[in-house]
Amino acid sequence: MGSHVATALARTGVGRMVIADFDTVDPTNLFRQCYVPSDVGRRKTEALSESLLRIEPDLDLEVFDGEVTEENACDVFSGCDVVCECFDRPDMKAMLVESILSGTSGTVVVSCSGMAGFGSSNLIATERRMSRLYVCGDGFSESGEGPGLTAARVMVCAGHVANMAVRIVLGDDKP
Amino acid sequence: MIVTVNGIGTEVPEGTTAEGLLDLLGHRTDRVAMEIDGTICPRGERGTTVLAPGQNIEIVSFVGGG
Repeated sequence: MGSHVATALARTGVGRMVIADFDTVDPTNLFRQCYVPSDVGRRKTEALSESLLRIEPDLDLEVFDGEVTEENACDVFSGCDVVCECFDRPDMKAMLVESILSGTSGTVVVSCSGMAGFGSSNLIATERRMSRLYVCGDGFSESGEGPGLTAARVMVCAGHVANMAVRIVLGDDKP
Repeated sequence: MIVTVNGIGTEVPEGTTAEGLLDLLGHRTDRVAMEIDGTICPRGERGTTVLAPGQNIEIVSFVGGG
């Protein structure tokens, strides 16, 4: 999710972007994430930075290579108007949403929940669930069940997340 | 007493805590974000946060994948 969201935002011309990940590129990531075979084994932040800066050389890109936790989340995304939550694990999603909404006064979170499988694209929607929380997805298609995460449906959901982030930056808060 | 949960009036026993409400509704508590009257109720405070009649509670439950 995160690599597709970041790619869309870079192409849209956002000024400053912070990307955060602790992981390296694994061969199974190639089925759905914005990496290529020669990236396997590289830090995800390093491979994605290179790709984003090829798309938009003027992007003001900051990288956090490490685990985002309850303790550091607000510092990692300090100064961001919008945080796009693209974790895989549901407990990490809840942690990030809770940390940013309770630890900042104005930052909006666009999160995602339910985009696995080959279900209809039209079940994926953007909903405003709290004053500063939007959730994109179908709400129920979990990774690890059935066919797992698939490129096209992940990209549909990533498009929802990135577009909502852009809309918020442009001053339109309707989902 | 009645509280509103995700827009629906819900009867809960007097003295129910935020954590107790999540249990009553069958949520996996580590997978949800919870807001009470527009303010986040962090997981560390759910056990001691006692609900009051008429409160508006929003519970967002996440599934895996991203």
